[in-house]
Amino acid sequence: MRGLIFRREWITGWLLLLPALVFLFAFTHIPAVTTILNSFFSTPRGRRQAKFIGLDNYERMIADPVFWKVLWNNLWFALGTIPVSVALAIIMALWVNEKLLGRSFVRMAYFTPTVLPLIAVANIWLFFYTPGFGLFDQITGTLFGWPATNYLGNPDTALNAIIVVTVWKEAGFFMIFYLAALQSIPVNLKEAAQIEGAGRWTIFRRITFPLLMPTTLFVCVNAVINSFRLVDHIFILTDGGPDNASALLLFYIYEVAFRFWETAYGATLTVALLILLSLLAISQFFFFDRKVHYK
Amino acid sequence: MSGLATYLDRFLNVFAAWVLALIWVLPLFYAVWTAFHPAAYEARFELFAPLTLENFVKAWDAAPFARYFLNTFILVTMILAGQFILCTLAAYAFARFEFPGRNILFALVLLQLLVMPDILMVENYQTMRLLNLVDTIPAIALPYIASGFGIFLLRQTFMTVPKELDEAARIEGASFLTVLWKVYIPLAKPTYLAYGLVSVSHHWNNFLWPLIVTNSVETRPVTVGLSVFSAIDSGVEWSVINAATLMTSGPLLIAFLLFQRQFVQSFMRAGIK
Amino acid sequence: MLKSFFLKAVAATALSFSTWASAQAVDLQFYFPVAVGGKAAETIQELTDEYVAQNPDVNIDAVYAGSYQDTVAKAITASRGGNPPQLSVILSVDMFTLIDEDLIIPFDDYLTTDEDKTWLEGFYPAFMENSQTGGKTYGIPFQRSTPVLYWNKAAFEDAGLDPDVAPATWDEMVSFSKKLTKKDASGKATQWGVRIPSSGFPYWLFQGLAIENGAVLANAEGNKTYFDDPKVVEALQYLVDLSTEYGVMAPGIIEWGATPKAFFEGQTAMMWTSTGNLTNVRDNAPFKFGVAMLPEKVQRGAPTGGGNFYLFKGASDEQNKAAVKFVQWITAPEQSAKWTIATGYVAPRPETWETDTMKAYAADFAPALVARDQLEFAKAELSTYQNQRVTGIFNDALAAAITGKKDAETALKEAQAEADKILAEYR
Repeated sequence: MRGLIFRREWITGWLLLLPALVFLFAFTHIPAVTTILNSFFSTPRGRRQAKFIGLDNYERMIADPVFWKVLWNNLWFALGTIPVSVALAIIMALWVNEKLLGRSFVRMAYFTPTVLPLIAVANIWLFFYTPGFGLFDQITGTLFGWPATNYLGNPDTALNAIIVVTVWKEAGFFMIFYLAALQSIPVNLKEAAQIEGAGRWTIFRRITFPLLMPTTLFVCVNAVINSFRLVDHIFILTDGGPDNASALLLFYIYEVAFRFWETAYGATLTVALLILLSLLAISQFFFFDRKVHYK
Repeated sequence: MSGLATYLDRFLNVFAAWVLALIWVLPLFYAVWTAFHPAAYEARFELFAPLTLENFVKAWDAAPFARYFLNTFILVTMILAGQFILCTLAAYAFARFEFPGRNILFALVLLQLLVMPDILMVENYQTMRLLNLVDTIPAIALPYIASGFGIFLLRQTFMTVPKELDEAARIEGASFLTVLWKVYIPLAKPTYLAYGLVSVSHHWNNFLWPLIVTNSVETRPVTVGLSVFSAIDSGVEWSVINAATLMTSGPLLIAFLLFQRQFVQSFMRAGIK
Repeated sequence: MLKSFFLKAVAATALSFSTWASAQAVDLQFYFPVAVGGKAAETIQELTDEYVAQNPDVNIDAVYAGSYQDTVAKAITASRGGNPPQLSVILSVDMFTLIDEDLIIPFDDYLTTDEDKTWLEGFYPAFMENSQTGGKTYGIPFQRSTPVLYWNKAAFEDAGLDPDVAPATWDEMVSFSKKLTKKDASGKATQWGVRIPSSGFPYWLFQGLAIENGAVLANAEGNKTYFDDPKVVEALQYLVDLSTEYGVMAPGIIEWGATPKAFFEGQTAMMWTSTGNLTNVRDNAPFKFGVAMLPEKVQRGAPTGGGNFYLFKGASDEQNKAAVKFVQWITAPEQSAKWTIATGYVAPRPETWETDTMKAYAADFAPALVARDQLEFAKAELSTYQNQRVTGIFNDALAAAITGKKDAETALKEAQAEADKILAEYR
């Protein structure tokens, strides 16, 4: 009897999974395995077939200065975008959650990045950053008399300029999730704490923040993935330049695979990205699993 | 806390919130400014600059936006519906069923969190070709329909549902699908809303894959239409691009302005357990 | 096997969706990129429709395929997926890449009559340099351009220069620019002398400088580059010096997309950019402007640019014949004139310039002729095997020198060494 139930549960479980797995295998796993296999072959070109070359592509990657540069850029990008956008998102959500003068407008303002497509917004930021007549130069020039600054055309500032656009995009987006989470925190918890004389900071640290933890997990997973995925605006703003100063790993993969058409080397870089993301995901998973409480 | 300090504190908060809001809305203001003024005022901000609607006419003529808009709408709906169904079923299996291979399969699902379909474009194009789906809206949608992220998220949510609720319903003779429908899905509403938002905003913005896998006006989304204006040889025409941007995201923005109270409240209502 | 099993399973699931909107069966599919905003896409569509109306036996599906980069990506992805277009407009410099990928066929097999051969000879030789290799013709010039110098006549007048004379030499460009560069009390430039954009693909305009200095960047076989030639180094040094030594051009990488706007706003008195901007500048410049050939060092010179028609493999004989007929029609004088006037691209055949439409256009708008006259001095745009990668390396080197991260000689030497490594297997 017991065995029968078990077996029925197995079959139900598998059946429930089946549709999702079919799609996952067809569009992710099988192509991904092909990609990994390709990384051990040379790039086929025209009539020249791909031939097995073992780890040559990996050796090339280790010796490729651009790979290390974009990897370094990407880490800097992740460090620059994740904490800032998550922190800003929390602050924004706290503000709009309270009674605030002109709350509707403020809320709408924070929401704009979510609505405007990145491909269009990138052009607007391009204008903001333009030296001379761009918006930032007009402002800094009028207020402080600063000379024209070439934000995007200088290898020292190009990546930071991209980070700013990304934070703008991300913080507004994450704010929505925090706002939703804040709304679900019972008001009486806060009131009870206030009666006991707790200050705002204490309430935030002891009550609000811990209750926001599941949201933070969600947002952080999103932020980490995005820090490796959001490259659309780079195409318009800097095209990875100057001299790869603002190129990220996925951008480089795109460049190698779809501009240079070195699919095998592109596959190798993809494997590197996969390993990196897996490490991040695993450590994140363990880190948060201890902190998030499930009932 | 003294009254003055509270007052100051409040003032500073409001002030900072507004400063940030103004920075955040700046691109939108700029888009509105350029879209309603002649190109000569793209970089000049004069109060009495002449107003015009010509940019909208130009943008509207440059691509069949009405059709693109409809396509995007169909695409996003199709993806979202597919994701909700597949992810719900899979997440339910992972959250509440014991079966051999569960952990391995879950690991495989998590793997999809990391492998973005965008990288597998060449392979996926071949698949679409085999399925004879090139140049259809489903071709844009299919690679995204089973989402590791969605499954992961819903599983986390389903796991927070008290087991007793589940068992109580089962004892009353409800089938597992009824339990899913009556117990789990209602409790996971905020997750659906949050995930739906992520998904819609991502696919609303997706550009490269749709461009590659579709050819005709009948299947292409708005972003492909917008890309016509990004042609750089002749210089960026901000006024026209921004008119097009406003045209395509305007409906969303207005909807949010009008319904933002309901929108936030639905989060709130859904959130009360 | 595993794959096909899953595909079938997915196919079954997808079947319900697939009735939605399946592609029409067409005789010819034709991809085209748009690199100049405005009327380009519309004009191609109109011309195609006109042709189809005149020739009911052909059905042409003109597909907008994004930028040049997007178009080549789409064409290669589609070809690898077993679904190539029959015809596509792609950058002329991608010829070697497409040959290497074994995706295109030469036009020669379909240009057999004497009439056809005369037709082929009717293109400007400068445009054919990037279209032929190994004695075969792979590309037919269509949306071709070349960079020219635009100058602001009002600014020239203000600076005490003759508003009708553009700099003719490198030295003149510097001396004019020095007069044209205006700085305010704090030393901040309010108007630069000249602007040579360098974002994305700096190699193109730089190649103008290199040719003017008598250098060649790559051989005609596409398997050898000469990036570290002293003449190339000298040209790069000149470009760098415009900002650092002479202080007449904005420092750092200069954005392409914002360049026309900077010109209209009076941020720069001269700009180098594509002829693809003629219509834009004509419509939007709030002052009188002139268009001139690029200045010379030891000779006049400019690279060509833009896209050619290519015939893709995998089409039937009938399709190829129809495609060639269409190409011949769309490059014929009347159609070509319409295209040139709508976009500013240089009509690729001398006979087009003899039509009444073009004569009337040129009489009304003389700058349109400058690009044509410059063709006499124009050379092939940099193109090699694995073109995007090799030019990518070259672009990085130029960017490094322009931003002062490397000196010109080191940057170019390193780029040459890398290019050699890539091209060795093609020699």
